[in-house]
Amino acid sequence: MSQNLSRRSALKAGAFGVGAAVLPTLSAFAAPDTVAQTNAAMKKYTGGKVPMKGKIKLDLPQIAENGNTVPMGVSVDSPMTPASYVKEVRVFVSKNPLPIAVTFLFTPESGAAKASTHIRLAATQDVIAVAKMSDGTFYSDTKNCKVTIGGCGG
Amino acid sequence: MSVPRMRVPKTAKKGEVITIKTLIEHPMESGFRKGKDGKLVPRMIINKFTATFNGKQFFAADLQPSVSANPFIEFDAKVDADGTFEFTWVDDKGTITKAQAKITVTA
Repeated sequence: MSQNLSRRSALKAGAFGVGAAVLPTLSAFAAPDTVAQTNAAMKKYTGGKVPMKGKIKLDLPQIAENGNTVPMGVSVDSPMTPASYVKEVRVFVSKNPLPIAVTFLFTPESGAAKASTHIRLAATQDVIAVAKMSDGTFYSDTKNCKVTIGGCGG
Repeated sequence: MSVPRMRVPKTAKKGEVITIKTLIEHPMESGFRKGKDGKLVPRMIINKFTATFNGKQFFAADLQPSVSANPFIEFDAKVDADGTFEFTWVDDKGTITKAQAKITVTA
């Protein structure tokens, strides 16, 4: 009897302990303000304009086993002449502590608006690449990446 | 910072668009990671990369803590004449690392 009771109370305590330990980390990771922060950063970047679909392509794996190095590439369809070229491509991340991951700056001498690097992803999230064209228009592409082990030292 | 690694073609046809790959060893400390003492490790990243051809900038990247350690950057360049590429990495402490590569344009 006493054994049963202690087991039960131990289980209860255990369950409570797990719950208490998990909750703060969950809220720290799933903090909704990082998404709002990213949206605000994107709005600031485009000056309130809604980026159009098409022209830009974001390459990102659907599943990343290791969030510390996720291969990420962007390419934009553009003639890259002084009259019409891609000025910048800014890559936004929705659930990392900071909203911007990297910005690539191009000129007509780049030949092609294409670049790639490796990025960190703290959790499963959307990655958004926004291209700023020389005529002031914006194009974007979004990909979701499932992350098994988060980067950013989380 | 270590000696950067890069892959640049030795020759290209006039007007050809070539692909350049660079990699530099750097911890890219994000500023969000806790050390063994439980305190945040201060941010220390490469924040700027620039690429010039014969002195003219044709590509650059603004790096944030979300870029992985030992940053790898791949990009393109249009080559119209013989010349020298110069790549520059700058980190939060202001350390500047430069690397050069020559290219010959064939007819």
